[in-house]
Amino acid sequence: MTTTAVAVPLPLVQPRRSAVRAVRDAIAVSGRNLIAYRRVPQLLVFSTIQPVIFVLLFTYVFGGVVSTSLTVPYVDYLMPGVFVQTVVFGAIGTAVGLATDVKSGLLERFRSLPMARSAVLAGRTLADLTRNVFVVILMVAVGFAVGFRVHTSFALLLAGMLLVLLFGYSLAWIFATLGLATGDPETAQAAAFPVMAPLVFASSAFIPVSTMPGWLQVWAAHQPVSVTANAVRALVIGGPTTTYVLQTLAWCFGILLVAAPIAVRRYRKTV
Amino acid sequence: MADVAIRVENLVKRFGPVLALDGVSFEVPFATVFGLLGPNGAGKTTAVRALTTIIAPDSGRAEVIGHDVVHDADAVRLSIGLAGQSAAVDENLTGRENLRLIGRLSQMPGRRIAPRADELLERFELVDAADRPVRTYSGGMRRRLDVAASLMHRPPVLFLDEPTTGLDLKSRGELWNMIRELVSTGTTVLLTTQYLEEADRLANRLAVIDRGKVIAEGTPGELKTRLGATVIEFGYGDARQVARRASELLAQRLPGQPESDGSTVRITSDDGSRVVVDALRALDSEGLAPVAIAVREPSLDDVFLALTGHHAETTDDNNSAHRGGS
Repeated sequence: MTTTAVAVPLPLVQPRRSAVRAVRDAIAVSGRNLIAYRRVPQLLVFSTIQPVIFVLLFTYVFGGVVSTSLTVPYVDYLMPGVFVQTVVFGAIGTAVGLATDVKSGLLERFRSLPMARSAVLAGRTLADLTRNVFVVILMVAVGFAVGFRVHTSFALLLAGMLLVLLFGYSLAWIFATLGLATGDPETAQAAAFPVMAPLVFASSAFIPVSTMPGWLQVWAAHQPVSVTANAVRALVIGGPTTTYVLQTLAWCFGILLVAAPIAVRRYRKTV
Repeated sequence: MADVAIRVENLVKRFGPVLALDGVSFEVPFATVFGLLGPNGAGKTTAVRALTTIIAPDSGRAEVIGHDVVHDADAVRLSIGLAGQSAAVDENLTGRENLRLIGRLSQMPGRRIAPRADELLERFELVDAADRPVRTYSGGMRRRLDVAASLMHRPPVLFLDEPTTGLDLKSRGELWNMIRELVSTGTTVLLTTQYLEEADRLANRLAVIDRGKVIAEGTPGELKTRLGATVIEFGYGDARQVARRASELLAQRLPGQPESDGSTVRITSDDGSRVVVDALRALDSEGLAPVAIAVREPSLDDVFLALTGHHAETTDDNNSAHRGGS
């Protein structure tokens, strides 16, 4: 074969510094995930309708029983719990979303692209954080509609919401691993429930822990959903907040510190 | 500057007990089409996944435009496009959004993304469907979008993994034309296929791959000469005994070695019509006239039979072990 100088066409690319690329790619993936929430309403319905039903059910059906042991109206006790429950259920979306991408082969294509390796997980959790902002605002509005009142100040309500969002973000990393490991949306959903149920129901989210049997109280009083719900309650109802808030922050950063590296390692192994 | 677009040296990849790539080597010169031909489970997709940095090989090395696929994976990714079996598009995004997302993640300059997406939508006749979610697309439209996405950043090296599987004849022809056009402007294409015809029409060179090994390599012409250009089959219904006698007779009277497969006798030849006449005359004179005759172009299975002595399908027990990939 004769050697002829072949002009290799140059690709239409603009290589970027890795930090710039990481941010741009995470935003691109996150935008793509948010479009899915808009186009596939059932994804959002699960994380909105469902907590609304909880609010109505607990306020009007179970509320009467619980309120006898409380010093504030039950709805004021309930709503902080519902906010936390909302982001826990929302984290299932993280698992289902990633499992869908594994199954469809999209993650495989992403691996052949010159994109930041971090963008899939960062984009996923960022999109789910954005969705949580929307859902938590919606739940505050629903709360006000059924008689929820803030006893302290708007600023402290806002602080409480930020705490809830941070907690939701840390949980997303646990559920990210679950989604990658199952690799199938239905399986991911089924596997998420047993992780989520003891967190949400064996907690102070809906009823005071003091009504539970002693052995359960040990778990229920200290687990992250209870601690976060208690912190938000202290912020919106009043009373000492420092301990609860610090405990919540400890849980959030603890979970992030453990769950994020596991999710990243799992992602590297997933094709 | 590298002297070849793709260089693969002794690539090995194992999935559990399955040796998906068992020392594969080949080179692809710039601005040519290289075909990887083989049945399901042969190792074609594994080779593509290794070359596109999706999986790391266990040993051996591979370079794309001089960049090592393991140590310089990012440089490889900037230079390649991938479409086909192992690529995918997002169901919930529209066609246009899919192209723009891939463009962004391929590190295209921002202002070039939208015009390039429009250009490709036009070229792949997806303009009317451009703003519909992909879940409403037909299989053929999806496949076209998938190929379009792989071309967004104008990659100098393109990997097409069974690109025409599931396409109708018209779309297949269009894709073939497009591949030729890309190659004429300097793009290098590696494509995998199960169809000899596709490899024959498109590839400058091809490698036949079986059970993770390259068992033959050359131009399509060279391979076909080795094989014989026409396949002639004589069928004997259920009469296996008669078929065996016919096979023995043809082995004596004709050049080449007939293959007997139950009640069918198969001859491959460069001179099909001559062989048909001679064979029938010989068979008839001994009272062994067949009940059915077929004269056809060699299929992949014939190539396999000729090169390996076993049918392409018999490798099926290998492929279920690694996600149905090949």
